[in-house]
Amino acid sequence: MAELKIIGLLLLLLGGAVGGAAVMTWFERRVLGIWQDRLGPNRVGPFGIVLVAADMLKLLGKHDWVPPFADRPVFIFAPTAIVVAMLLGFAVVPYAPNVMVIDMNIGLLFFLGMTSIAVYSVLLGGLASHNKYSLLGGLRSAAQMVSYEVFMGLSLMGVVMLTGSFSLIDIVLAQEDLWFAVTQPLGLFVFVIAGLAESHRLPFDLPEAEHELTAGFHTEYGGMKFAMFMLGEYLGLILISCMITTLFLGGWQGPWLPPLVWFPIKTLAVILFFILLRAAIPRPRYDQLMSLGWKVMLPITLINLVVTGGVALWLSEGGF
Amino acid sequence: MRDLFVSLWSQLETIWRVLGHTFSKAETIQYPEQKPYLAPRYRGRIVLTKDPDGEERCVACNLCAVACPVGCIALQQGVREDGRWYPEFFRINFSRCILCGMCEEACPTYAIQLTPDFEMCEYERTSLVYEKEHLMIDGPGKYHDYNFYRVAGLEVAGKKKGEAENEAAPVDVRSLMP
Repeated sequence: MAELKIIGLLLLLLGGAVGGAAVMTWFERRVLGIWQDRLGPNRVGPFGIVLVAADMLKLLGKHDWVPPFADRPVFIFAPTAIVVAMLLGFAVVPYAPNVMVIDMNIGLLFFLGMTSIAVYSVLLGGLASHNKYSLLGGLRSAAQMVSYEVFMGLSLMGVVMLTGSFSLIDIVLAQEDLWFAVTQPLGLFVFVIAGLAESHRLPFDLPEAEHELTAGFHTEYGGMKFAMFMLGEYLGLILISCMITTLFLGGWQGPWLPPLVWFPIKTLAVILFFILLRAAIPRPRYDQLMSLGWKVMLPITLINLVVTGGVALWLSEGGF
Repeated sequence: MRDLFVSLWSQLETIWRVLGHTFSKAETIQYPEQKPYLAPRYRGRIVLTKDPDGEERCVACNLCAVACPVGCIALQQGVREDGRWYPEFFRINFSRCILCGMCEEACPTYAIQLTPDFEMCEYERTSLVYEKEHLMIDGPGKYHDYNFYRVAGLEVAGKKKGEAENEAAPVDVRSLMP
């Protein structure tokens, strides 16, 4: 019976995450349209939602082509890696008190590890294409993600210190009285920016940067392989939003409504915020991105870490 | 350090203002159902016009074909019995035409004019080659009263201004009467 429940949950989660990411492609375009004073795709079906199916059909119908100059096995492996890593990341997210695939005592580290593996996908995709744009995109993504990885992890250490556990369930339960968004505003700030850079969403989409690098690391990709990269990107967006909800916005907890309603509401709000950032903020130059990371974000994180550690120590000694 | 906070504040302000656009109306005109307004001087499909007397204005001077930067106009000059020139054929290849309006500017008789119509899609390229009967319209186009042959010409030996056959008297620029 327990196995059946897990399998059911897995199927639900798989369908939910992949379907959610597919719908997100349409949803994002509509919401961007609202913020840019236009309509967005509204022709296919009610509100244009059948566009998702139309896009899918189009991508399925495309020639599954590998360029002759590409490194074939790596070229095919790269788009799979990002989807698998992102889907594995969903395993540790606690959606409701009993609705999660696995409660690991190192859940947070598992999530960080999985997002790091996603870097390989972009990097290998760029390298295997044997194309200068792809190579530049892969190069940028490697530097960007590795440096933002550093304080993405560090920004969460404040949360971990206050909870005393890496388990995501414990972290959610520790926010029963007060969200970590209130006690860890700097941590939230840094995590949002690092999460953007990690999922290479628009203000930080330098690996793709269509104005300079045509399409960056996935220039040579088409058809379903390209769709996999896109799927991975949107899965990453949803995953990061789920993690922000879990780590800083109290997870499933909230008054009146059941946990399985609160969690999607909060996640959707975070996703909307990410789309708003895409609509509002221009892409920084590459050196600006790096100097922002190392000169601003890292000191902020370290200050946050030291202050949080001090306060936690002081509280454990009995406070006043 | 100060620059950092200024730029951070500027980013936050941008985000706030973009969020404000949630409540503003979309500018989109949903084209096939809703038509956009096109000004009368919009540069669209090219027509050949007739003067107020119902004669075709074109005098087959070839200036439009010369002015055309993509060379999409072809015409053959012919002579009528009364000595007037006219185009034996007049052909515009709209698959080449860039609707720049140079032909309209070059035309000395206002014969060739651009109109506010751009919906001229075809399934075959050859359907976009318009012959004279496709181009010719029955009216005077944008210039209702203009007749090239009636405008007072220059004074030549034995003829004062406005005295020739068909020629209208020159406009009295000192009179205020219409």
